[in-house]
Amino acid sequence: MTAEATRKTACDVTLRIGGEAGQGVNVVSGLLGKALLRQGLHVFTHHDVMSRIRGGHNFSQIRASDVPVMAPAERVDILVCLDENTLRLYEEELDGVIIHDPDWGGPRKGGKSKRLPLSLEKIAKEKGGDARMANTVAAAASLAVLGLSLDPLLDLLGETFGSKGDKVLEGNRACARAGFAAAKDAFEGPRLCAGFEAPPGGKRILITGSEAMAIGALASGLRFYTGYPMSPATAIMEFLASKKDEYGLVIEQAEDEISAVNMAVGASFAGARTLVATSGGGLALMVEGISLAGMTETPLVIIDCQRPAPATGLPTRTEQADLLFVAHCGHGEFPRAVLAPSTAEEAFYLTNKAFYLADKYQTPVFVLGDQFLNDSSWTGEPFGLDRLLADGSVRLSDAELEALSPYAYKRYTLTESGISPLILPGTSRQVVCADSDEHTEEGHITESAEVRRAMVGKRLKKASGLAGEMAPPAVYPEDAAAYTVSWGSTFGAVREAVRLLRDKGLDIGYIHWSEVFPLRTEAVIQAVERGAELVAIENNATGQFARLLRMETGLAVDRRILRFDGRPFTARELTREIEKKRGS
Amino acid sequence: MTRLEDYQSPDPIAWCPGCGNFGILKAWKGALVELGLRPENVLMVSGIGQAAKLPHYLRCNTFNGLHGRALPAATGAKIANHELVVVAEGGDGDGYAEGGNHFIHAMRRNVDLTYLVHNNQVYGLTKGQASPTSDRDMVTGTTPGGNPLCPERPLALAVAGGCSFVARGYVGEMEHLRELMVKAVRNKGFSLLEILQPCVSFNKTNTYDWYKERVEKLDEGSYDPTDREVAFRQASEWGDRIPIGIIYQSDRKTYEESVGLAGAPPLVRRTGPETGELGRIWDQFF
Repeated sequence: MTAEATRKTACDVTLRIGGEAGQGVNVVSGLLGKALLRQGLHVFTHHDVMSRIRGGHNFSQIRASDVPVMAPAERVDILVCLDENTLRLYEEELDGVIIHDPDWGGPRKGGKSKRLPLSLEKIAKEKGGDARMANTVAAAASLAVLGLSLDPLLDLLGETFGSKGDKVLEGNRACARAGFAAAKDAFEGPRLCAGFEAPPGGKRILITGSEAMAIGALASGLRFYTGYPMSPATAIMEFLASKKDEYGLVIEQAEDEISAVNMAVGASFAGARTLVATSGGGLALMVEGISLAGMTETPLVIIDCQRPAPATGLPTRTEQADLLFVAHCGHGEFPRAVLAPSTAEEAFYLTNKAFYLADKYQTPVFVLGDQFLNDSSWTGEPFGLDRLLADGSVRLSDAELEALSPYAYKRYTLTESGISPLILPGTSRQVVCADSDEHTEEGHITESAEVRRAMVGKRLKKASGLAGEMAPPAVYPEDAAAYTVSWGSTFGAVREAVRLLRDKGLDIGYIHWSEVFPLRTEAVIQAVERGAELVAIENNATGQFARLLRMETGLAVDRRILRFDGRPFTARELTREIEKKRGS
Repeated sequence: MTRLEDYQSPDPIAWCPGCGNFGILKAWKGALVELGLRPENVLMVSGIGQAAKLPHYLRCNTFNGLHGRALPAATGAKIANHELVVVAEGGDGDGYAEGGNHFIHAMRRNVDLTYLVHNNQVYGLTKGQASPTSDRDMVTGTTPGGNPLCPERPLALAVAGGCSFVARGYVGEMEHLRELMVKAVRNKGFSLLEILQPCVSFNKTNTYDWYKERVEKLDEGSYDPTDREVAFRQASEWGDRIPIGIIYQSDRKTYEESVGLAGAPPLVRRTGPETGELGRIWDQFF
């Protein structure tokens, strides 16, 4: 059993399901993830996928534990092989259980794994009449090896295939029972979750970062989404499209990201709460439109699901290399905020906060995700809707509007805060004029030096307001001798690594930011003043957060643990690297 | 009751004396009055260029956005509030070069927008470079050896693209132009109205005199704008004869009808979801 969970646990197992693209790796991991969740386990699933529709090698990896887990483990306890290639790839290194087809023969190389030969396809054909049901056989067999109940899987099959007719449903259930029985008989090792009892507490959900962001947007009163498909952001658009009728949304697939961002600015100017989501390459196309939102003072929420770049990079993999781009993109100077959720739960709340800030400060606000955060499935309580922020919009009151003579409204009225109260076009005897040129308070083109100075000042005043809205980083514990410095989706691995090292007696903690621009720096300055050492941990090659921190504070964090091969960190890997850095 | 004065803007006009844009502005104000629209119910969205300054010179809601991006911004605004009369406006460089991709897809999308394109076959704001509609061999600042590219025929592209309303006006035929503007706004769906407009500063070829000899009004009694093949020939014609009028019209389902906006409250007036309503969303994740 892996011991990477945060405390002594009765159960902390990792299953890797591998196969070719198109074989249904996701189907197995989806069914199994929920079957484990419903037995009371905390589940974390991440996907390692090639950029192809058929062939190649993909895997999904499920970690299940009786304590919350928010990062993958290094050690795989059960490997489910949907094709022979998967077996050959891992048979040498793996010392867990390997479920594979006996026709592929015995071990060719060394290795300490326990073999569990099961004819997944043969059972599927015999019991279900369809080789594709091998996925169901595999999921059921895995539950038997873990020593868990089959019942939640049978329920899930009903929910998944109930609408496809009795034959499909009963075939799948027969496959599940047969796979479970066959594995139970054939597997002689200890059941990995034997003795596990569901902890008390309410029902939990299993949700991806993308779904959490999409629901965060719905909960904030989203009305319009426009975007161009790009991995890994497309899942947000597809989820919202599936809810459009229920929530009265319009979803528009634009001809390109340039169109998407300009549509979004137009819709937001007219008064609809609007979202765009993309990845780095799409964001690069949106940049002029982001500057437009800054200049016209139009609320705009942009989600950037980062993936490895430059250019097309590794389209289906993960990286945190857009931080400095997002913090500075757009020609000229205008205020912005960048929020980088660390978990699915934060993805929900910070998407909501992004709308609040964009509405209040009438400027672009970014939510920075990545393939790891967005595609992984996370376990938690349903997010509390009572914790949502109220509508942040600053509108002219009815009385103020009443007092205004016709056509006297000034869209860019100079105010103390820099925020000009909004009205929406077409809703009163006023007209609303917005301009991408430098403009007067009325919103018309000007070249006056005096007006220019006033308008630049007005826009930048909003930056100080925004800075006051940013949350400080999470600091644990208060008085460590050394700290990791990290941001965004690395949190799960960082937190687990710090706890493992503390268990070993190292006096180390973490300082972790989920709101990265404008940056709150008090905690890290205090730590350095106390003499604490710092080591930066980032999923990029140049330590972008460390550079941002230096830009904002002058502090140099020269010790850096950087991963830029498109794969997420594990806690074990971090503990080794941190120990090396501390020794150096 | 709407009067011409309702549309007066105090903004000083920054066009060259004699510019065709003055005539377009006058015809447009006349059309708005004839349509009986209130300034607060009209939104003009423009890009960047001499033509794209026009919304500043009358009173109405305006969004003066980026070069080439009037159509996406107008599309977004119309989707957000389809009760607004939304008009996108700009020049040939703005709409056919920088915004060419949006033009093609706006026709497919068929949002109920009117698109006024001032075509003077040259870049004015940047002082005289070749545009997508410049004649072949035209000498400009960026094509000193003569324009090596063949000109785009935007109206032919629009007929081929199934645009629901394709028309061409000429600023020298003011009354005809005003009538076309009224019809373009009344058409349900994406309406393209290209307006031929001499540039007195940078285009010494396509002058008022040049146009006067060539423009020819399509006879409304005999010309059938619903015949696509005939329309394609008219839209492609450019040279000794340049047809003006409604060239093509097709009755297509609008975007608003396709996505369920038509007849429904605009997005900007919708509220919610209520907490209880949203609470159900977790069911699929247990």
